[in-house]
Amino acid sequence: MVTLNDRISCHTPNQDGTTTQEYFINMGPQHPSTHGVLRLILKMDGETVNDIIPVLGYIHRGIEKKAEAVGYRQQVHLTDRLDYLCALMNNWAVSAAIEKALNLEVNDRIQTVRTIIAELQRIQSHQLWWGVFGMDLGAFTPFLYGFRDREKITEIFEKTMGARLTMNYFQPGGMMYDIHPDFVKDIKEFIKYFRPILKEYEDLFSGNIIVQERLKNVGIIDAQTALAYGATGPVLRASGMPLDLRKMQPYGAYSKVNFTVPVGTVGDSWDRYQVRIQEMYQSLLIIEQLIDNIPDGPHMTMKYAAKIKPPAGRYYTQMETARGIFGTFFVSDGNDRPYRMHFRTPNFNNLWSILKMAPGGRVADLVAILSSIDLVVPDMDR
Amino acid sequence: MSQTIESFKLLLENAFSEPLTYLEASQLLTIKVQENQLFATLKTLKETLKFDALIDHAGVDWPNENKIELIYILFSTHHNQQIMVSADIDRNQPTPPSVSSLWAIAEWQEREVFDLLGVTYKNHPDLRRLFLEDNWVGSPLRKDYKDDFILERPW
Repeated sequence: MVTLNDRISCHTPNQDGTTTQEYFINMGPQHPSTHGVLRLILKMDGETVNDIIPVLGYIHRGIEKKAEAVGYRQQVHLTDRLDYLCALMNNWAVSAAIEKALNLEVNDRIQTVRTIIAELQRIQSHQLWWGVFGMDLGAFTPFLYGFRDREKITEIFEKTMGARLTMNYFQPGGMMYDIHPDFVKDIKEFIKYFRPILKEYEDLFSGNIIVQERLKNVGIIDAQTALAYGATGPVLRASGMPLDLRKMQPYGAYSKVNFTVPVGTVGDSWDRYQVRIQEMYQSLLIIEQLIDNIPDGPHMTMKYAAKIKPPAGRYYTQMETARGIFGTFFVSDGNDRPYRMHFRTPNFNNLWSILKMAPGGRVADLVAILSSIDLVVPDMDR
Repeated sequence: MSQTIESFKLLLENAFSEPLTYLEASQLLTIKVQENQLFATLKTLKETLKFDALIDHAGVDWPNENKIELIYILFSTHHNQQIMVSADIDRNQPTPPSVSSLWAIAEWQEREVFDLLGVTYKNHPDLRRLFLEDNWVGSPLRKDYKDDFILERPW
């Protein structure tokens, strides 16, 4: 058992018998490559990172405590503020949890629209990741490309939902309002526009020798270690473990579509990069299969009631967001407010795998690794 | 890959020598264990039944029954099965064993529970507050927690 005291001891013997004095530096909480307020205490030996002690809590808002004070319908609004790049998928996850608790089946139209929107958001989230990934490695152009194309999806969302970041669109029982008449047309245009652009992303960035040198064999982690350290989503899949709830425990309309789960082989930053790029292609495929046959039906299957009262008990539902497994655990005591609400957020659990990825590398490698895990800090701190 | 709940229950019961107690008021398959059986049960689940991922760990405060309920949600990539383990511990002296030697992620999930519910795990390598400041007083997710900033509902 390695305690904190062992970890902050500063004299580590080298292999040649000499002893070097290690030192600590702070990375963050205000650091551009941590994408928010994450603080890492690095234990350095010269230029080499030997250990990392992450410090969380700079944006802890007590969402789980807050959730105990509001009704079930209002939970959706709290989940937007967790992983804001997967706001809709979080909305869906908590809505589905409440629907399951109420034994409520939603119709095919709702399932199909939810799936399309979730996949659009997966693309959108990966576009932003691709942009800032480039910026972290020192290339500014991808950032502009990423945001230019992300805007197209944001506009589709804005037309239907009236919001650009925190949509609050999915509700327990369905959607807040029906899709915009242009929804199908806009998405078809977007797919036509984006497929060649995605190829361009690869030409611009993936083929670049500097990028490859910065990413290949950097931050290697094997699948079993990643799983033990709590990693899910693209981080785990890059290590070769095809754990994707869309395939393993299909929900929504995922059982009706054909798609493959991209997995890596080595588990380095390059694999994590490739997995996300391939996921964007797969998301386009999924949307294409669904967009032409959205079934008819109402967009809400539940009569509006301010108070939802699930039967007393413990409930757990999980879904695959762009970063991994998002789980909603709640305990109901039969009242209109949850007795206890707990969110299993992917970023909180993904973060710790850097303790196995980064040691031995340089600080510049750490920046690439952090970026390849794709962290969103509000999701970590809750 | 995925089995039915019934055949999975059979597999589960074969792995344990003593009969299992299931918790009915739960959506997932949930086994209820005593505090002194907690570590052994989780170890069997991990090593014999190949539950290789600790997906989630949380605590629920029940002040009326003077207990804190610990929840472990496990996932097995071999069986594509999920299971929940629930254990009641004493609320005044919550000292359950740490499972960070089984799943590394437990170290930080347990730190979160320590921070917000005041559960002090035995054999934990680094039990410090995770989200709140080091000099914070009290455990916010306990039902009787009070501080100067909490707004009470007027209704």
